[in-house]
Amino acid sequence: MRNAVKEVVSGFYSLIVGMRVTIGQFFKPIVTVQYPHETLKIAPRFRGHIELVLDPATGKPKCFACKLCERACPSDCITVEGAKLEGAKKRSVTAYHLDFTKCSLCGSCVEACRDGAIRFSRDYNLAGWSKEDFIMDLFKRLELEAQAASPEKVDGRAVPGLIAAQDAAHQDKTKTDLK
Amino acid sequence: MLKLLSTEPVRLLAFLVGIMAFVGLNAAYLVWVERKGAGRFQRRPGPTEVGYAGLLQPIADAIKLLSKQLIVPQGVDAALFRVAPLLMMAPALMSLAVIPFGPSLAARNINVGLLLIFALGSINVMAIMLGGWSSRNKYAIMSAARVVSQNVAYEIPTLLVVITMIMITGTMNLNEIVRQQAGAFWHWNVFRVWVNPLMPVTFLIFFICMLAETNRAPFDMAEAESELVAGAYTEYSSMGFGVFFMAEYANILLGCSLATVLFLGGWQSPFGILPGVLWFLIKMYFLVFAVVWVRWTFPRTQFYGLLNLSWKLLIPVSLFTLILSSAIMKLY
Amino acid sequence: MTTQETIVSNLADVPRSNGGGVETFVLNVGPQHPATHGVLRVKMTMDGEYVLRAEPVCGYIHRMHEKMGENRTYAQFLPNTSRIDYLSAMTYTHAWAGVVERAAKIQPPPRAEYVRVITSELNRISSHLVWWGAFLLDLGGFTPLLYAFDDREMILDLLERITGARLTYCYYRIGGLYNDVDEEFIEGTRKFVHHMRPRLKMYRELVTENIIFRKRLIDIGPISQEMCRKYGATGPVIRGSGIPYDVRKAEPYSAYPEFDFEIPHFREGDSMARYLVRMEEMAQSLRIIEQALDKLPSGPVMAEKVPRVLKLPAGDYCYAVEAARGRFMVRIVSDNKEIAYRAKLRTPCLSNLSLFEEASQGMLLPDALALMGSLDLVIPDIDR
Repeated sequence: MRNAVKEVVSGFYSLIVGMRVTIGQFFKPIVTVQYPHETLKIAPRFRGHIELVLDPATGKPKCFACKLCERACPSDCITVEGAKLEGAKKRSVTAYHLDFTKCSLCGSCVEACRDGAIRFSRDYNLAGWSKEDFIMDLFKRLELEAQAASPEKVDGRAVPGLIAAQDAAHQDKTKTDLK
Repeated sequence: MLKLLSTEPVRLLAFLVGIMAFVGLNAAYLVWVERKGAGRFQRRPGPTEVGYAGLLQPIADAIKLLSKQLIVPQGVDAALFRVAPLLMMAPALMSLAVIPFGPSLAARNINVGLLLIFALGSINVMAIMLGGWSSRNKYAIMSAARVVSQNVAYEIPTLLVVITMIMITGTMNLNEIVRQQAGAFWHWNVFRVWVNPLMPVTFLIFFICMLAETNRAPFDMAEAESELVAGAYTEYSSMGFGVFFMAEYANILLGCSLATVLFLGGWQSPFGILPGVLWFLIKMYFLVFAVVWVRWTFPRTQFYGLLNLSWKLLIPVSLFTLILSSAIMKLY
Repeated sequence: MTTQETIVSNLADVPRSNGGGVETFVLNVGPQHPATHGVLRVKMTMDGEYVLRAEPVCGYIHRMHEKMGENRTYAQFLPNTSRIDYLSAMTYTHAWAGVVERAAKIQPPPRAEYVRVITSELNRISSHLVWWGAFLLDLGGFTPLLYAFDDREMILDLLERITGARLTYCYYRIGGLYNDVDEEFIEGTRKFVHHMRPRLKMYRELVTENIIFRKRLIDIGPISQEMCRKYGATGPVIRGSGIPYDVRKAEPYSAYPEFDFEIPHFREGDSMARYLVRMEEMAQSLRIIEQALDKLPSGPVMAEKVPRVLKLPAGDYCYAVEAARGRFMVRIVSDNKEIAYRAKLRTPCLSNLSLFEEASQGMLLPDALALMGSLDLVIPDIDR
């Protein structure tokens, strides 16, 4: 009998304690972020899909199609094509396809790249209407990006502004994406 | 013209419209209160997008539900399937007719108001049971069985508590019960410990049984979403589900109103300021908040947990209070 | 407790005593059911509310991870390991990196080992937090889930800071780490440890001591030591049955021998015991993290000589780790090629699920689901 009464009292007390905890939380400020209205900063090492990097010296992609990334990829999602252009010392990339439908964002390609010619983009709003939207031509993407940054100097060389524009887009994708 | 307006049929019509509007508005906005409250308990803002602070959210929900198809699955008992939601809503609406919201604000001031409410209250269970049974769905049938077994658990202590209250007040007229609690707040039934020292406990038992009666957490075994998907409501779509959903809140409204009338002095003001209706609403909504608070704090009980609670705790204690208060009444 | 115990066991005997199976029906719990947290399907033969037989049906998310391990290089398979049990991705990657290191005789630098311990333990806490919330969700309490996710968010932010991903980290490399941790991570982890201790106290007040919760768990779903041994259960399940088996102590790996921590275990074997084991483990993980942060050596995080083309010498290699759900073991049979001849992944959830059929017999449906929740199943881990 005494045990039963004790259990009832302690049980009831435990319920009161629980309710005290939740009411305490009730009056604390909210912790969620109202996503489309406010966004969080992307982590510095954020692993998005990859993108090609421009060479500041030439204004061309750093990539010279060594295909190390293609070989490192566990899911076969990268296809690189390169050719030796006339007068150039090294090969240069002519097409860089990323099949993002297969990519698992492991980052092996970036690690495999010895020259820092690819890096993670900071795109995260990756919604599309069809599967084809995710078979990306990174070479074209880079050109478009460069065009958007400074349309009059597409085939110009060594434009510091262009590099800066690409870097800016890289750094602050959050804001540009949402406006 | 004025004479016509004050005739009984017009008055009843006004109350009918009034109560339906009150229930409709409350059912819609209690959903908002619940969602907003749940949000705050969980450190998130709740609905914010539709209207200021999400205030238009219930309307958006209603439009969504209304525009969906009411699917009646093949092989169900179509008549029962369709009538079950209405059967859940109607008793709540009818019961509110005898609740005195203010000194003279009751649709029907009848002498057996309390009896009427409990007579209508048991239809609820039947509605969920019929809905579950007619759905032709295993989850729904299990839920129907649970509702009935749950009914046994809470109905007895509720009635014992109500009998205690009838004995103390000597009437089943709700208006009269409120009138007896006039004066300062220690005249409210819940604080009248000289009549029965266990009065707060009685109130607590009533509140627990009310939670069980309205199928609210922690006694929501009937719709336990982690076990029975949505219980009796699994097959309902569109407004079939909508009416069930609104009826749940209408029942909460009724339960909290009744608790206010029986224990918290109804429209009696504790300090003698402000009109009575306002006090009634304040007390009732405080109880509604408590219901939301309880839901978002506790996990669900098991139904043998509820049966254990009922038979080993609630029924003995309520029987004891019944005997105690009758003894005290006899002695003094 | 005794009164309830008798009632439950009496009730549980009913279906068996009247022959059962007279009027039974089959209830499908899953693959799309709110209680199974994924695509597990349990075919339950029911007599009313009583479970006569619960037959788990696996394979809805089978992805042939073992076969994938046999047709790609060792480094290429690393990202896959995060996907087997997505809630404790770190420990799974650890096992794969560990077995390759053991076979190729690569010794990761001490700093890498310490960081592995820190991140693994953080990952364990985050995994247990998800379990805690989801378990309460099974029991009908929604609020704890969001409190747990609030705390888990801090861990995810910390790990995202160093790994760049929030769930499938793929942070360990054969021979070390993807990259080093920074000062901010270390500070943040210290802050998290201080933040988490009072939160554990709050969890105790809100849930562990709650009478409704205790009534749902105590003496419900007992799993005996024999049953654990029979089905090869590991992790909190076996520790809840009173066997203090933990790979971190039994077969010490990485830097674990250097830390002082306990293996919480409870004798009761009921759902409550498994619950308490995990809650206690979170506190122990905090202890380990604190020690590791204090002793964190400096130096490189990658072994010096890791060959680009990695060929393991012919042989049979094993490496086990204590994942959040139990013992995860990788076995590689190599025939001196770039690609494993056989890659076997021994996952804890499959064994832990296997005992569900026997343990849930004669239970009420809500209790059986509480038992399932207390096993902490991750479905991709079962199917892999």
